[in-house]
Amino acid sequence: MVQLASYSGVPVSVCAHTMTRSASMNELLQRVASGGDAEAYRKLFQSYAPRVKSYMIRQGADAGTAEELAQETLLTVWRKAALYSGEKGSATTWIFTIARNLRIDRLRREVPWQELPDGHDEEASTDVPPDEQLSDKERSARVQAALAELPPDQHEVVVLSYIEGLSHSEIAEKLGVPLGTVKSRMRLAYQKVRESVEDLA
Amino acid sequence: MTIKFHPDSATLMSFASGSLGEALSAVVAAHVEMCPRCAAEARRMERIGAAMFEQLAPTPMSSAAEPTAALQTMTKERPARAANRDEDTDADMPRTLRKIAGPELDRVPWRRIGIGVWHYPLPLSPGAKGDLRLLKVAPGQAMPEHGHGGAELTLLLRGSYRDEIGTFQTGDLADLDDDVEHRPVADLQDGCICLIASEEKAKFRGLMARLFQPLTGF
Ligand SMILES: [Zn+2]
Repeated sequence: MVQLASYSGVPVSVCAHTMTRSASMNELLQRVASGGDAEAYRKLFQSYAPRVKSYMIRQGADAGTAEELAQETLLTVWRKAALYSGEKGSATTWIFTIARNLRIDRLRREVPWQELPDGHDEEASTDVPPDEQLSDKERSARVQAALAELPPDQHEVVVLSYIEGLSHSEIAEKLGVPLGTVKSRMRLAYQKVRESVEDLA
Repeated sequence: MTIKFHPDSATLMSFASGSLGEALSAVVAAHVEMCPRCAAEARRMERIGAAMFEQLAPTPMSSAAEPTAALQTMTKERPARAANRDEDTDADMPRTLRKIAGPELDRVPWRRIGIGVWHYPLPLSPGAKGDLRLLKVAPGQAMPEHGHGGAELTLLLRGSYRDEIGTFQTGDLADLDDDVEHRPVADLQDGCICLIASEEKAKFRGLMARLFQPLTGF
């Protein structure tokens, strides 16, 4: 269990299955972005590195490689922090995309064509007053709730795609179902979860 | 540019999750660059990934990873902002492909592979499966005939073509199911230039072999 120092009066422990205090994670990343705040970075590292390590293991890395890739993901967070413009962007989404691209590059040894989001093209908030916007933590809870409600066969293909890193053909082979079935399960899953990832609620 | 044809949401989701192969991803990335709707959709799909990532049970880091000291000496990248984005006004190659294909479609070293058909294969990483190439088709010329095996994506970079589904114009992406038989014909005035990726190398080679037939008389 990692004890994080408090930055709003209450000590926070990070060991539960959901990461607490994401909104504050955005603030921490902002502090790293604007001033190179090493203490803020240390907290980000403690929160995210163990999850990136888990992600890399699920993507097929051995523990040693997963640890290196977690270190490297967090180094990239430090180096590229200035590219993150955080009022609207989620720190977790940004760090997830860094981990995803690194995994494509190192574990699959392919070119990651996906660009990192910088928060500028997020469509949040222009029409919604700030006090009515969902916090990052609330948004994320809403997505997680929508995912939890998916029928098991749809949930399965989403996990295999995002967390195990399997292509549609690989999923079809693993599950012994036609490719078209995998695609239609993905489509149906997205239709159901999409509303939860809209910015304007 | 009004884009009418977009990748299937299952394809875009695979792209956002990082599990779409390199060749297919290159085509989706080039489309996303031109299509604000799909760019926004891909961002939503990344949020799904982030929500799942967040729920993973953490695995403790083994070393007492204390990164702070080393960081003091590390240089930080300054943001490379939109300023230098459209420095080359003649550049009509998708930005993501410029490193491997140059900035302009007209300066691609096209190789003729049949009557009114030219191509330029693009390099993939050594271990990557599939096939990625630019294809240029003369006005009124039929696109090479092929059945689909595995996924195939075609992005129109210039001009247009027609098939049974409709008219595909610049920015449109054809994301066809395996069982769709189609025979697109390039626009009568301008022909077309497309970026094509397929998941299976062998199938695409078969296509190229057939393309060679009229020239070599096999
Ligand atoms: Zn689109």
